Parts: sequence; structure tokens; C-alpha cells
Amino acid sequence: MNISGAGTVIRVLIEEGVNTVFGYPGGAVLDIYDELYKHSEQINHITTCHEQGAAHAADAYARVSGKVGVVIATSGPGATNLVTGIANAYLDSTPLVAITGNVSCSSIGKDSFQEVDITGVTMPITKHNFIVKDVTRLADTLREAFAIARKGRPGPVLVDIPKDIQKSFCAYQPKKPQRPTYRNENGKEDFAKAVKLIKACKRPFIYAGGGTLVSGASQKLLALAEKIDAPIGSSMMGLTAVRHDHPRFLGMTGMHGKYAAIQSMARADLIIAVGTRFSDRATGNKTEFIRGKKVIHIDIDPSEISKNIPAFVSLIGDVKVVLSELVEELPAIQRESWAAELDAIRNSPDSRLKMPENSLNPETAIRAINKKADPQTVVCTDVGQHQMWVAQYYNFSRPRGFVTSGGLGTMGFGMGAAMGACLADNGRKTLLFTSDGSFHMNMNEMATAVSHQLPIIIVMMNNNALGMVRQWQTLFFGKRYAHTSLGRKTDYVKLADAFGLKGCRVSSLPELEPAIEQAFAAKGPFLLELIIDQDDKVLPMIPPDGTVSDIILEV
Amino acid sequence: MNPDEFVLSMLVNNESGVLTRVSGLFARRGFNIDSLSVGVTQDPKLSRITISASGDDYIKNQILRQLEKLHDVKIVEIMPNNGTVLRELVLIKLNIAHKDRAGLMEAVAVFRAKVVDFTNDSVTLEITGERSKCDAFVEYLRPFGIAELCRTGLTAISRGSKTLKYK
Ligand SMILES: Cc1ncc(C[n+]2csc(CCOP(=O)(O)OP(=O)(O)O)c2C)c(N)n1
Repeated sequence: MNISGAGTVIRVLIEEGVNTVFGYPGGAVLDIYDELYKHSEQINHITTCHEQGAAHAADAYARVSGKVGVVIATSGPGATNLVTGIANAYLDSTPLVAITGNVSCSSIGKDSFQEVDITGVTMPITKHNFIVKDVTRLADTLREAFAIARKGRPGPVLVDIPKDIQKSFCAYQPKKPQRPTYRNENGKEDFAKAVKLIKACKRPFIYAGGGTLVSGASQKLLALAEKIDAPIGSSMMGLTAVRHDHPRFLGMTGMHGKYAAIQSMARADLIIAVGTRFSDRATGNKTEFIRGKKVIHIDIDPSEISKNIPAFVSLIGDVKVVLSELVEELPAIQRESWAAELDAIRNSPDSRLKMPENSLNPETAIRAINKKADPQTVVCTDVGQHQMWVAQYYNFSRPRGFVTSGGLGTMGFGMGAAMGACLADNGRKTLLFTSDGSFHMNMNEMATAVSHQLPIIIVMMNNNALGMVRQWQTLFFGKRYAHTSLGRKTDYVKLADAFGLKGCRVSSLPELEPAIEQAFAAKGPFLLELIIDQDDKVLPMIPPDGTVSDIILEV
Repeated sequence: MNPDEFVLSMLVNNESGVLTRVSGLFARRGFNIDSLSVGVTQDPKLSRITISASGDDYIKNQILRQLEKLHDVKIVEIMPNNGTVLRELVLIKLNIAHKDRAGLMEAVAVFRAKVVDFTNDSVTLEITGERSKCDAFVEYLRPFGIAELCRTGLTAISRGSKTLKYK
């Protein structure tokens, strides 16, 4: 049977197991939307307020569900509005398929109305992209897009479909989706080298990144830690790989990591890096970071090996597969003196950095909300101080339960992300921590959350400032607060009301509990505005390009 | 070639945009391209790109690993210094009158270059060879006044039966 290009798009989506997509209609995707209308029982389409919100939603949907996220936008401005979202997915290695319409093939290259060379624009921020100029290639191209997005190190793929291709007809043959399978491809010698290093070292440290979550390797990671008696720290992207209260887990390392994790990593003589790329925010000064250490790097992307930090031994492949083999090859090892040293670090007074318990501040607020939330609740953030505070104070118990913009640091990620995360979690209560700067960027998406009655608690930590930038100005720019004291007059509770959701403002600790009760009792979205001080700091902090000895513990 | 230079050969899908993907990768990762040549292979679905670049082992390794990730790149290899035939073609136009051409024809013979166009007021020469030979020829011609110079960039092929093949 011959079907249209637009019909083919929908059929391939269904074939690939897609039941939720995010997007925004327009002239160049009218045919695709017409098919979505006809298939609304199979595919739930969420219309956001802005394509950026849709892209972030699809990204977060993928992070929480482990499936490929899908976003659809029209040509020209619709497509360019996706760009930040695609870049965000690229830097955090999220599997995403972005489908854009374009002007008809005969109009391409003529600066036609709403024509943009979106494959050109997104070339550096996609794993690959396609423009389909022959309808008989459409189905296979879309299938390939899904396969590329999923395979190896995941990432975004864009498929640009000119309008005339959506309207052309051709035969459609259903096919089974390609699911990647991974085998160990490292030789015995590679494992032997790793085993030798692990046996010879005195102070091993396992460093887990986002790849651990992508591969679902949490159990294997713990098995390794048990076998060789090593602690585990994580990058921000790897934060939920291990339960917060696991005795082996020291927490996040890096610029705003936990003191114990940072110090232990610095003391280590061997780092076993798992699915991580040693970003500059994670390492600080790279030369100092690596001094006196060796690295075993396990990653599925060979280009990450020795890109940022030289690896002594590398094991390439799906980290779960590699870790299983490695654990098999290793003897059980006990390290009493390292364990004692780790205990001392954990118990040092510097590890007990705390904000006051009797005031409304980021720590008391996050802990109170954390206490009320189910351990399975997915937590999303925007970008800034609030993001780091959540990374530091929230007790994560669920792999993939923390959705945050790591690599790109995209302010405005949060609202879209919370919607995608909520839908991926079957519409369960979802938390979003944001702040006035980030929230202003994409708060229009409150309207979407209201339309779909998504039970998102928007915790807006209002410090009336671009707090993170202000913190840098305090520390490194002589308190010259250039354009970071916003002084906005926005009344957020009224704003929430105008958008159709409930909200309340909390400015002191006693008001917090009842407000949290109200927020959790709400059926749909709820805005919880918390007034916090402009000068609360994210600590500890290792200054950019700094080392552990530059650590700032108080200001 | 200086010790930092190396030559990459790759087979890529013969589709529009592929050259942009390859050169764009060099640009955004901060790798330099010294020369680039491209053409279709015996299999019309594939093109072969030869790039000469320079950098230390770190850069070499990163270039290879990053290129391997491009969906359109089927295989990429660094050509070994020994065992590779390297060639470049250069076209040189000299707008000079007959009377000023003394010594020119001698150079053409010695360098085994070719005259490809010959008029009253201009000569166009062609030379093919390794880069050092082409460079030497160009340097020799400079005093005559070069009006136009076109170089194709290096292309490379292995000696013996070895070929660039992908699985
Ligand atoms: C789109 C975007 N623009 C600018 C920045 C730079 N930036 C990083 S953090 C920050 C301040 C964030 O302020 P806010 O959202 O209020 O969070 P806070 O730090 O106050 O918690 C800025 C401006 C960014 N990360 N993203």
C-alpha cells in the first residue's frame, strides 16, 4: 500500500515504540500534524509554548525513560528554536530524534519563506543529521536516525523533511527496530593490564559518570567497588548511579562536589573512570588533577580516551559489559589503611559544611522537600546555584532520577525538562528546582503544564539575582555586581494564578512545612516560591582551573 | 615532510555535505588542515579524501577518533611514512614574453614538468610529484614572476597490494 511521507513518519515512530512526542505545528509540518491527528490514540503529542521547551522535554523524557525522545518542529524559526535543546542533548549524550519540516525541495536554496538550512546549523551539535529528498528513502532514514541516536554513546539526530516529501507517496514496508547489543571487544591483555594496576595501587577511587546510567551499570559498579574495596564518587551526570546512602558512595566530585569525594579523589593513586569524560568542571586544573595518579578509563566512545586526561589503561565498550568482565578477572582485595584514611576524611570537620538549621535557606528547603517526596520522585533543575545545591543536598535513590543540564549548563532547561520527566514517569509527582533567572527564561511552559495538568512542583528559589554569576563576582570580581541583581517586580504567585496554577510564597522557615503540604496535595502543577538570601553561596568551591588545595570552604 | 606532518586517507559516503562534516570537524576541534583533496572512487558510492595535517600524537589520535565517529566516514587511516606514494599536481602560469624565458625550459626538463599551454605572452606549466619536488620547482620559478599558482593538495596511495578497505 502506498502511503504519504507524513504517514510514513508516524508509522516509523510507532514502529520504534514511540508513544509520546513533543512539538509545535507550522506550515512545513502540517502534513505530519494531520497524521498525528489521525493517530492520536497511538501517539500523545504535547504542544509546548516554545520549541525550546519541547526539545528540553523530549531530552528529559529520554533521560528518565531510557527511550529515544522525539521532538517535531516546523521549518525556519521552529527549527532554529530547537537549537539550544539539541545542543543540550548533544553535550549530555541524550538520545533524541528531532524532526523538522522544510520548504519543498524545489524551493530549497532560494531563501524561501521560513527556509533555514537546519542540517547545516545543527551539524556540530548532532551525532548526525539528514535531509530527505526522496520519499522512498524516508522510512529507512528515520529508522537509521533512531538507531544512531541510541547506539554507543547516545545523542541527538535531526531529520529534515521538505514539505513535498511529506506529501509524496510510496510503498511502506514495516520493519523491526534495531536495538543495539554490546559484546566485550577488549582483549585479555587489556584486562590483565587493568588488573595489574588495580592490584598494585594503594588508593583506588571509582569515578562514575553519566555513561554508567545510560548502560544501567549501577550493580556492576558496586560489585567492582566491593571486590577491590574502593570508594565511589561521581560526576554530576553520574550522580544517581549509586544510592546516596550506600556506604561506598562519597558523593559528587568536581567544582562544587562533596568535600569527602573531592579529597578522596585527590588522595587516590588510581582512578577507575566509568562512562565519564573528565569535563573541566569535574577536574579543575588537569595537570594537577592527574599528578601522582594513574587512570583506567572505561568508556564506549574511544575518542574520550585520553582526550582530557591521559589514560594509563583503557577499556572500550558498554560499561556494564566491560565492568562484568573486569570484576570476573579481579581477585578480592582488602585495603585497610585506605579505608581508615577515607573514614578520617569523611569524619573531618570540613566534611560537615552546613547552612543554619533554623532559617529558610537552600539546604533547609531542599531537605524539607526531599523528606516529603517519595524516594522514587524524579528531580529536575534549571542552571545556577540552586542546581548545585540540589546536587549537594538532595538524597537521590533512583538511577536516572536527577535531570539536569550538565554539559551545556542551559538556563531555561528546567520547565521543559520537568514536563518531559513527568510524562516519562507516567505522570507521577515531579520536582523542579529553579530560580528567578532561569525561570524567567521559559516560564511560559507553565501554560503547557496546566493544559496537561502535570503534577510538577516548581520550587522557585528566589534570590532576586543571577546567583551563580553573582557568586563569581563576589569571589573573583571584587563584588562588582554587573547586571546580576535583577530587581524584577514579577509577582510569581499572581503569575501562577494567571497561568491557571496554584502558588504560594514562603519567606520564613515556619511557613515552609504547610506550604510543602499544600504543594504535594495539589493535583496539577504548583508553584512554590521560596525567598532566599542573595548571598548564600555554593560551597565548597574549587575555583575554575584550580586544585583541591584552592578549595573554598567559607566566604 | 616535517616530523609533525601526517597524511590521512579516508573513504566517505559520496553524498552532499560530507566534505563540510569533515572540514567542520577540523575547524571546531581546532585542528589544522594543510591540504585536502577529494574525488570519487571506483565505487561511485564512495569518495576518497586525503588530508595532510600536522600535530603531535595527541592531535593525531584525537583527529582519528573524532573522524571515526562521523557517520559518513567509513574508514580513516594515517598513511605510513614508508610505503606510501604521495603526489601533488601543480599548475603554474607565468605571464612572460619569449625573450625572458631563458632557463625556463631547462628547468621544465630537469624537474620533469610539462608545458600545458604556450602563447606569446604566457606559459603554463604542470608538475606532479612529492611535495618537496613541487616546492623546489615553484621556488625556482619565483624569480620569473608567477602570475597564477594552483595546487591540488596531496593525494596518497599505499605501495604494494594493500588498499584502504572497510568492513
Ligand atoms: C542560557 C544561559 N545564559 C546564561 C548563562 C550563564 N549563567 C550561569 S548560572 C547563571 C545565573 C543563574 O541564575 P538563576 O537561574 O537565578 O539561578 P541561581 O544561581 O540564582 O540559583 C547565569 C546567568 C547560562 N548558564 N545559560
